[in-house]
Amino acid sequence: MTTTDNGVNVQALLDAREALKGAPEAAQFTWRATSTWKNGVHSTTTIQNFFGLGQEQSHKTKTEFTADHPEIFAAEDNGITPIEYLLVGLAGCLTAGVASVAQNRGIQLRSVTSTVEGNHDIRGILGADSDVRNGFNDVKVTFAIDADASREEIEALVAQSQKRSAVYDALTNPTSVTVEVA
Amino acid sequence: MSQRVTTVVIGAGHAGLAASHFLSERSIDHIVLERGRIANTWRRERWDSLRLLTPNWLNRLPGHPYGGPDPDGYMTAGQVADFIGDYATVTAAPVRENTTVTSVRRTDGGYQVSTGEGDLDCATVVIASGACNAPVVPECAAGVPDGITQLTPFEYRNPGSLPDGGVLVVGASASGVQIAAEVRRSGRPVVLSVGEHVRLPRTYRDRDVLWWMDATGVWAQRYDEIEDLARARRLPSPQLVGEPGTTIDLNALTGLGVEPVGRLAVIRDGAALFSGGLRNVCSLADLKMRRLLAGFDEWAGIGDDPAGFEPTRIPAVPRLRLDLRGGEITTIIWATGFRPDYRWLDVPVVDEKGRLRHDGGVVDSPGLYALGLPVLRRRRSTLLHGIEDDARFVARHLAERLTPRVVA
Ligand SMILES: Cc1cc2nc3c(=O)[nH]c(=O)nc-3n(C[C@H](O)[C@H](O)[C@H](O)COP(=O)(O)OP(=O)(O)OC[C@H]3O[C@@H](n4cnc5c(N)ncnc54)[C@H](O)[C@@H]3O)c2cc1C
Repeated sequence: MTTTDNGVNVQALLDAREALKGAPEAAQFTWRATSTWKNGVHSTTTIQNFFGLGQEQSHKTKTEFTADHPEIFAAEDNGITPIEYLLVGLAGCLTAGVASVAQNRGIQLRSVTSTVEGNHDIRGILGADSDVRNGFNDVKVTFAIDADASREEIEALVAQSQKRSAVYDALTNPTSVTVEVA
Repeated sequence: MSQRVTTVVIGAGHAGLAASHFLSERSIDHIVLERGRIANTWRRERWDSLRLLTPNWLNRLPGHPYGGPDPDGYMTAGQVADFIGDYATVTAAPVRENTTVTSVRRTDGGYQVSTGEGDLDCATVVIASGACNAPVVPECAAGVPDGITQLTPFEYRNPGSLPDGGVLVVGASASGVQIAAEVRRSGRPVVLSVGEHVRLPRTYRDRDVLWWMDATGVWAQRYDEIEDLARARRLPSPQLVGEPGTTIDLNALTGLGVEPVGRLAVIRDGAALFSGGLRNVCSLADLKMRRLLAGFDEWAGIGDDPAGFEPTRIPAVPRLRLDLRGGEITTIIWATGFRPDYRWLDVPVVDEKGRLRHDGGVVDSPGLYALGLPVLRRRRSTLLHGIEDDARFVARHLAERLTPRVVA
């Protein structure tokens, strides 16, 4: 077990879990993004600061994301489509989960890759058919994992990573969203 | 042996009888076929407390105004059935009751209409079989756990006939808000799932809101003048009840103790999950109501803000999940709309959504007509007083087809 090293500091996570049991206020995080329209359907969103553990926090660097639409949507394609960012988030979250759970279970990973596909009927956003929803009809994630573990153990890893995934939960369960004009 | 007649009208609701009235006026021989009795839907498919949304003074059929003692009241379903029954009597409509149309097929000369009581050959057909033949229930109903009673507005009669316990009403248009209110008043907990809806006050500046709709000409707007006709045709019914001075919007319902939640998105593992977009559908309904009322003011030359309307109040944190196995809810009422039923129609004029392809009532097959569908020719097409223009037009078009004018 001590030989397993997936690069996840599981002990720190377990300690945090213990510490936060008695301090639910510290567990309240607010993640933030700031977005600016450029032109057409092109916008940039930057992320640096967030709130957590009772105070303002900051990433080491500011990250800028560019969102646009492909040329077949008559746009300039300066960056990926906003809904594709959901795939980025889901893949990143589930992969982190797989690594953490594997570390905790003493499973050495050699490689973890996944493909994420969101099926999307764009008649919804175009208003062409009111019975078609705007968002994904369904999302499929396929993991290829090479590890010192049986297929069953790997399947259990993937299942547990969904169980503890923030993005998986945000996509599969409704969330109250408020949009206001400041 | 099939019988010959020039025109067959399918359905003896108010639409079919109005068609019959104008066909008689033009001496076109015809028969009105009705699977049940005259005004069947008002006798069989409405809950006990239902009243019309339109005030009595507005309820007129061609040549047949409301003549009763209470012009500002709202008819019960039984009174509507009597009103339509009287109309059939005074117009001497040639109705054949208890005759269900089982098929309509094209022939060389027109159509063959088959019924349980024999066939008819005719040149023209008017489909007046109604727009609300069956309740629409979303597919996710399949996930409702056993033991929960599920009802549609066709089966619901009154709160007393429900099992004890809480009730989830899905849909917040006219049927849903009326049922939610009366079930709540009977003392039960009620959760109301709210999607896109049309908010209206019962009265505005001391008049019935439908007086304003009528007077300002909103309802008279023609189908070919409406920018997004497809949208206008699927507009949900307004949150109204036929009770003098009673507004039944979401604020009134939360005042009664009804709990609003978002649109039902899915039922998963025995739990109903509701959309997190409740705030937005309410803001949209508020904005649209204000725009409509501001339009009334503009028409009346009144400058003030359409005052006195609070925005829809919603819980700070609306519930997103309701466990249907926990015992809190024992009944679900699906007030999720209605659809027509054209399974008997063997002419390829029904689109992939089950709707009739027509242009202002002229169906996409020569000699075939429709009446009583949403925004058929005007915004008021499905209302009692809206049938007159539509039925007159259809009868004229049909007559011209039978006797083509010689054009010089
Ligand atoms: C719950 C509910 C509440 C409503 N409340 C209001 C309201 O307050 N105000 C309002 O204006 N409208 C209201 N409506 C809409 C109302 O039903 C219609 O406006 C009106 O009934 C339409 O009249 P119609 O003649 O077009 O159709 P219908 O009244 O539906 O008449 C159609 C007739 O065709 C018959 N029929 C159908 N198929 C066949 C067949 N194959 N063979 C023979 N006969 C057939 C039916 O039995 C029926 O009698 C309500 C509808 C529902 C469902």
